[in-house]
Amino acid sequence: MFNYFYRKLSLLFFITFGVTVFVFSLNYLFPTDVLSNMSGITSINEIDYEKIAQQYNLNDSVITQYFGFIGRLLDGDWGVSFITGTSIFEQVFRVLPATIELAMYALFYSFIVAIPLGILASSENHPWLDKSILALSIVGFSMPIFWLALLLILVFSIGLGWFPTSGRLSLIYDIPSSSGFLFLDIIRSSVDYKSEAFADAFRHLVLPTFVLAAYPTTVLIRTTRQSMKDVMNTSYVKAAKIKGLTSGQLLRRHGLRNGLLPVIQMLGIHFGTVITLAMVTEVIFAWPGVGSWLVDAIHQRDYPAIQGGLLVISGMVFVATILFDLLYMIFDPLARRHGHGKI
Amino acid sequence: MLKNNPIKNIEHIARYSLAALFCLTLAACGKNNESELAQKTLLYCSEGSPETFNPQLVTSGTTIDAVSQQIYNRLVKINPKTGLVTSDLAQKVIVSEDAMRYRFYLRKDVEFHTTAYFKPTRTLTSEDVLFSFSRILHLDHPFNLVGGGSYPFFSGMGFDTLIEQIIVVDDLTIEFRLSEPQASFLANMATDFAVILSAEYAQQLIESDEKELIDQLPIGTGPFKFSQYKRDHYIRYYAHPNYWDGAPLLRQVIFDITPNNSNRVAKLLTRECDVLGYPSSADVEFLKQKPDIKLNESVAMNVSYWAFNTNVPPFDNPNVRKALSYVVDRQAIIDAVYFRHAEPASTLLPPSSWAYTEANTDVELSLEKAKALLLQEGFEDGFEMDIWAMPVQRVYNPNASKMAEILQQNLAKIGVTANIVTYDWGTFRKKLAQGEHDSVLIGWSADNSDPDNFYRPLLSCAATFSGSNRTAWCNEQYDESIFNALSTADPVVRKQYYDQAERLIFENSPLVPIAHALRYQVHHNYISDVEFNPYGGIGFFQTKKGKN
Repeated sequence: MFNYFYRKLSLLFFITFGVTVFVFSLNYLFPTDVLSNMSGITSINEIDYEKIAQQYNLNDSVITQYFGFIGRLLDGDWGVSFITGTSIFEQVFRVLPATIELAMYALFYSFIVAIPLGILASSENHPWLDKSILALSIVGFSMPIFWLALLLILVFSIGLGWFPTSGRLSLIYDIPSSSGFLFLDIIRSSVDYKSEAFADAFRHLVLPTFVLAAYPTTVLIRTTRQSMKDVMNTSYVKAAKIKGLTSGQLLRRHGLRNGLLPVIQMLGIHFGTVITLAMVTEVIFAWPGVGSWLVDAIHQRDYPAIQGGLLVISGMVFVATILFDLLYMIFDPLARRHGHGKI
Repeated sequence: MLKNNPIKNIEHIARYSLAALFCLTLAACGKNNESELAQKTLLYCSEGSPETFNPQLVTSGTTIDAVSQQIYNRLVKINPKTGLVTSDLAQKVIVSEDAMRYRFYLRKDVEFHTTAYFKPTRTLTSEDVLFSFSRILHLDHPFNLVGGGSYPFFSGMGFDTLIEQIIVVDDLTIEFRLSEPQASFLANMATDFAVILSAEYAQQLIESDEKELIDQLPIGTGPFKFSQYKRDHYIRYYAHPNYWDGAPLLRQVIFDITPNNSNRVAKLLTRECDVLGYPSSADVEFLKQKPDIKLNESVAMNVSYWAFNTNVPPFDNPNVRKALSYVVDRQAIIDAVYFRHAEPASTLLPPSSWAYTEANTDVELSLEKAKALLLQEGFEDGFEMDIWAMPVQRVYNPNASKMAEILQQNLAKIGVTANIVTYDWGTFRKKLAQGEHDSVLIGWSADNSDPDNFYRPLLSCAATFSGSNRTAWCNEQYDESIFNALSTADPVVRKQYYDQAERLIFENSPLVPIAHALRYQVHHNYISDVEFNPYGGIGFFQTKKGKN
């Protein structure tokens, strides 16, 4: 167990190393001046240049510069934005909770929708149910989400007027941001329109969550269905059935425990895709998360911001992947025996 | 029974949870119990972020809309209905007989905004007026260089040479002495740029050594006070309860910054916005058909034009410019770019101005004439040129790139290869001011009803580059005409001078007028009394939001 944990951590270390080396080298690869890329200051005059260069170890070897870079990363000094001149670190961590929030709701939603549907589809007694759920999941799987998003906006926002088209909360409500997680902030705030703001935040959440959940839901339905089918056909389940366990006991004790293991693994594998899709969703729904922030930065050629966004998003993906792996290991003792950590 | 059938069991759970989710969704959809706050909040979808919160520093319409009528007052203002100058902070103005001395009598008890960052201890006095204009006039003023030190509107009107002296007569009386008579002085003082700042706030900022905040955390006397601003996201204003003209009816005004045209229209339809400033011409027909939306059309006090940089060969040659002016297909542009919500422009001045004359209108589309002129100037093989297309949508030019493409096609027919160049708006303006362009598609919206507001800022020598003269064309005769026009108050004489100026533009073609666009503003039926000024920014002081 400890061994496995250790392997995963060392994997995390090497990946972090790789990513930071890449992000650091971007300072040299981006077209503008190296010092500008590092510090985020666009117009540096002659006098200050020497001083700032000193501060960023520009006159030393690349290795020293790299370690200086790591030191600044750890200090929270990620440079300032070319466009707004404010700290990248603050900007990133101000928008990050919105993305985490959206991704978590979407994953949660797909979990509670996909697993019952997957189990239903795996049942051999209802072939028509199986077929219709599968058909639905294939439609969901193959539909580009930006198109789905636009369709939903057209029907539910513009047509029926049920949901707003963009943002996290109507601008009417002035909720001070403390944690960055909107529902938490609303509960914590001392405004007199809490319930109204809450309902409004919920209305803003519905469409983006549904759109973002479309892909993981379909993947989970198919995984759950297949693995439940496999588990139910194993000899130990057959033996248990013969021993006289009820279908409910069978499902709880053997079916779900073993059938859901691949699902956890799947979630981990697809987390990266979900984050990518979250970026698309954010742009369409003007969701103020790290995705739309990064896309803006790319549009405006804000190199320090692009580096920061890259670092945070890749960091988020591999930390989540390793977490899901650990979770998988906790549930499946067999996995601990498998060779080295992998991502 | 249920216990024995896991499938049924799960079916039930799934059914219940879906039903619960559905109910929750429906509950959230019902918007019946709106709080008082929501009922008294106006959401305005604007097209871009303001550059600053001080209108003195800019000419951009986006900034003026967002800031000027909300936060500030002027000494005098323009009545949007009549186009005449009326009182604002000054309740009375007395003009001397020679039109060189203007004495303003200020209102009593005009309160400045009280905010988290400033608590005023006194009401408006002449000190504040003096401060507001000294900042622009005196290069050694502590605030002159704050915010860039450039005051494009004022330098365009020659403010520094015009004002001889500003004299504080007493606490509520201030006198402006001009160095020469100027007919448009009051009209200029009534523009959205000539706002009154707080001298007391400035003093506080000097003491705390944060002078630049004067343009970022603004203090004024207007109907709304600044609360929050998040770039590219929103501006939040709260009502100024002690506003001298009575408290505004709204509690909150929010500018929802949405640069994308179709997103703005979508937000209007879903009621995420109550008012929409500039629907794109393409959406106007569609919005006209919506029963719950009101569309206002207003006179076109604007012009879009194609300006040549007369410092750069071959555009220093008037005949080349003239030749190029023959390739502009105004009708095609009006159909494709404005969706017919514009009229072709033959002069700089729109037909709705009193000084407009029809005699100058022999502009035409003639590729033969263009070719002949180029041949005459020795360009039989044509040449290569850049057309800079402004990257933002404005009323006067909703799609400069498309306009450039139409020009490009016709230019190709006379052997001229045109490259379309564009940058982001900030860079674009900077490079334009440095004169790096060959030619540019841009335009102008009037700040007041005086014709001078077209002729002087756009083509006078004083406005070259740093102002808004993008042609670098500096013609003594032209300057003389427009200055003569200013020295008299007789409209008939002024009109003659402006005719002269217009003829000079036509002969020399430093720029080619293309179109005068109609300006639209859209709001929901439950909104009334939006102040929609054809010469400047939008105002919400008397706006009501009724239940519909």
